[in-house]
Amino acid sequence: MARHIPWILIAIVGAVALSVVAVSRGEAVNALWIVVAAVSSFLVAYRYYALYIARNVMRLDPARATPAIRRADGMDYVATDRTVLFGHHFAAIAGAGPLVGPVLAAQMGYLPGTLWIIAGVVLAGAVQDFMVLFISMRRDGKSLGELIRMEMGQVAGTIALFGAFMIMVIILAVLALIVVKALAESPWGMFTVAATVPLAIFMGVYTRWIRPGRIGEVSVLGLAGLLAAIVYGQSIAQSPLWGPAFTFTPVQLCWILIGYGAVASVLPVWLLLAPRDYLSTFLKIGAIGALAIGIVIMAPPLRMHAVTQFVHGGGPAWSGSLFPFLFITIACGAVSGFHALIASGTTPKLIASEADAPIIGYGAMLMEAFVAIMALVGASILDPGIYFTMNSPAAVIGTDAASAAAAVTAMGFPIAPDLILQTAKDVGEHSIISRAGGAPTLAVAMAEIFSHVVGGPAMKAFWYHFAILFEALFILTAVDAGTRAGRFMLQDLIALAVPGFKDTTSPLPGFVATGLCVAAWGFFLHQGVTDPLGGVNTLWPVFGISNQMLAAIALMLATAVLFRMKRDRYAWVTTVPTAWLLICTLSAGWLKLFSADPKVGFLAHAANFSEAAGRGAVLAPARSMAEMEKIIFNDRIDAALCGIFLAVVLSLIFFTIRACLAARRADQPTAREIPAALAAAE
Amino acid sequence: MSGVLLRLRQIARAMVGAPDYDAYLRHMRAHHPDQPVLSEVQLFRDRQEARYGGKNGGKCC
Repeated sequence: MARHIPWILIAIVGAVALSVVAVSRGEAVNALWIVVAAVSSFLVAYRYYALYIARNVMRLDPARATPAIRRADGMDYVATDRTVLFGHHFAAIAGAGPLVGPVLAAQMGYLPGTLWIIAGVVLAGAVQDFMVLFISMRRDGKSLGELIRMEMGQVAGTIALFGAFMIMVIILAVLALIVVKALAESPWGMFTVAATVPLAIFMGVYTRWIRPGRIGEVSVLGLAGLLAAIVYGQSIAQSPLWGPAFTFTPVQLCWILIGYGAVASVLPVWLLLAPRDYLSTFLKIGAIGALAIGIVIMAPPLRMHAVTQFVHGGGPAWSGSLFPFLFITIACGAVSGFHALIASGTTPKLIASEADAPIIGYGAMLMEAFVAIMALVGASILDPGIYFTMNSPAAVIGTDAASAAAAVTAMGFPIAPDLILQTAKDVGEHSIISRAGGAPTLAVAMAEIFSHVVGGPAMKAFWYHFAILFEALFILTAVDAGTRAGRFMLQDLIALAVPGFKDTTSPLPGFVATGLCVAAWGFFLHQGVTDPLGGVNTLWPVFGISNQMLAAIALMLATAVLFRMKRDRYAWVTTVPTAWLLICTLSAGWLKLFSADPKVGFLAHAANFSEAAGRGAVLAPARSMAEMEKIIFNDRIDAALCGIFLAVVLSLIFFTIRACLAARRADQPTAREIPAALAAAE
Repeated sequence: MSGVLLRLRQIARAMVGAPDYDAYLRHMRAHHPDQPVLSEVQLFRDRQEARYGGKNGGKCC
């Protein structure tokens, strides 16, 4: 009993903090209450739920050899110390998602997002990562697609691979869109991000030829270069010659990014991708750590309302009501299907003992949820007037401070035009109006927090651009790495029809697949950039739906495996989150397709516009008949995409049920693990 | 380097998938004493290609 006492105390602290967050109305709540509530919930969940899953559901066996032991080759399969592996795994799963989703979700107030992140990660997100790691770890570190093929059949595996490719396309488009939103009309930001290209190439040459393998050294040099770029970026932006040269419209940036993606993804990895990944990884970990310290030192009050009127729908940043759309807007951070690809990637090949699986699989995801909580706190300590000024489309609030202030005040978040102008000036930007996408909002918040700790108000502009740079840097790394990964997925898929397409001796299939992959995400990026409603509005929900659907697929695989292991009575551990994710994603997908509200449903929106076009009328925000046609076309593409995702998930539900029923009929376990005896013998 | 710094260095290198050359040498000595070993630079380049080539899936969102 005594060993439970500290945990009971932590649970009490967490419950108190959570009730302060949930119940307080009217007076400002300190952000630290959210942090304390989250951290104590995570600790208790880890101590009890993760270990329950480890002992009873998975029955982890520390004596059983992991792939890193069984197939040790000193290269791909290396038994790795668990602290080191935790760092590796966390760095692989933490990206832009947990930073952006919660910022967007803040339009409903801080409470719904906080509760979903905490409950979602404990019951769904961390369970998914942990289960997939477990399943892969018992099968020589095979990938998600292969695992589904092994346990649910060839067809299910192919469908899942196709779904994963589509999700990759949407992720790349939405990430690139966030960069466009952050860098458009911002010469300072654009210069610093552009400077990372020659800087990374210098680092690449350094690690390749000058001092091979000296990652620490070269990263310090790179960081010095980055800081110099941020400092000089201000003078560049103000220069009458260079300022305009680094000022781009969103459409120009869109083409620059597409070109960048196409070129960067075929360059040798040591030249640009690897060195940039060193910088972005270390900067990301450093910035996350600094943000945590900053929030604790500053202990800011939350200024966003606990719950805003937009829980019923009609919010400016994204449309739809709390259910189901909050649960797809905060995808990463609460539960992210993409992690299933990481947990069945390099991590299971490096894990030294099954006993390490809980801290790696469950623990690292809790850490990611903590990042999401910090992003939510960041968005919620801003003046809500500023938040809605930054996150509402220009079509709703206009493009100058006076119109934005009037529109946002009318929403119920009073703000003076002067404050909008002053905030833009403080962070060294021309304008902060309609900078949707999450990254700029978070950057303003980080500038607020960091300047409180270091440098005071004079440093705000520096910290703002530091934050933009850190987000843009790892998004660009993801675009480059994702295009390469997408290329191989596509080659695998095309090879099913054209067997020679996987041929690695000829460069042609690779170039074709890369081109197709860039064209696919470039198409959605261009659509998002030219969307008069801001693009994030349209693309983020599609991304969220697809990411959560992948999570549902991973959890369905886990369910099928539990049935095939004859552990049906523990299957609730995966079926409960699966059911919730299916309810959210299927209803969100359905609403996105068929809702009669044109703000939510793609088809209703298309019908509105084509009916008007039939009359020869031009509806705002379109300004010409050509724009009308484009909106209708985009709506139909998005609708088709939603339809494809729904079909993928529905078919996998069928395969899961089939696998579970077959497993129940069998009188012994049918899961295809590497047998324990074999794992012990070698 | 002291224990803590060494561990931090290992974690940082693992975050970007850089190999631990000593571990590689230990493995080769223990299991394949008859086979030639890669040099530190060769191993680094090989692992860089393996990590970033795209066959291991992308980065996360």
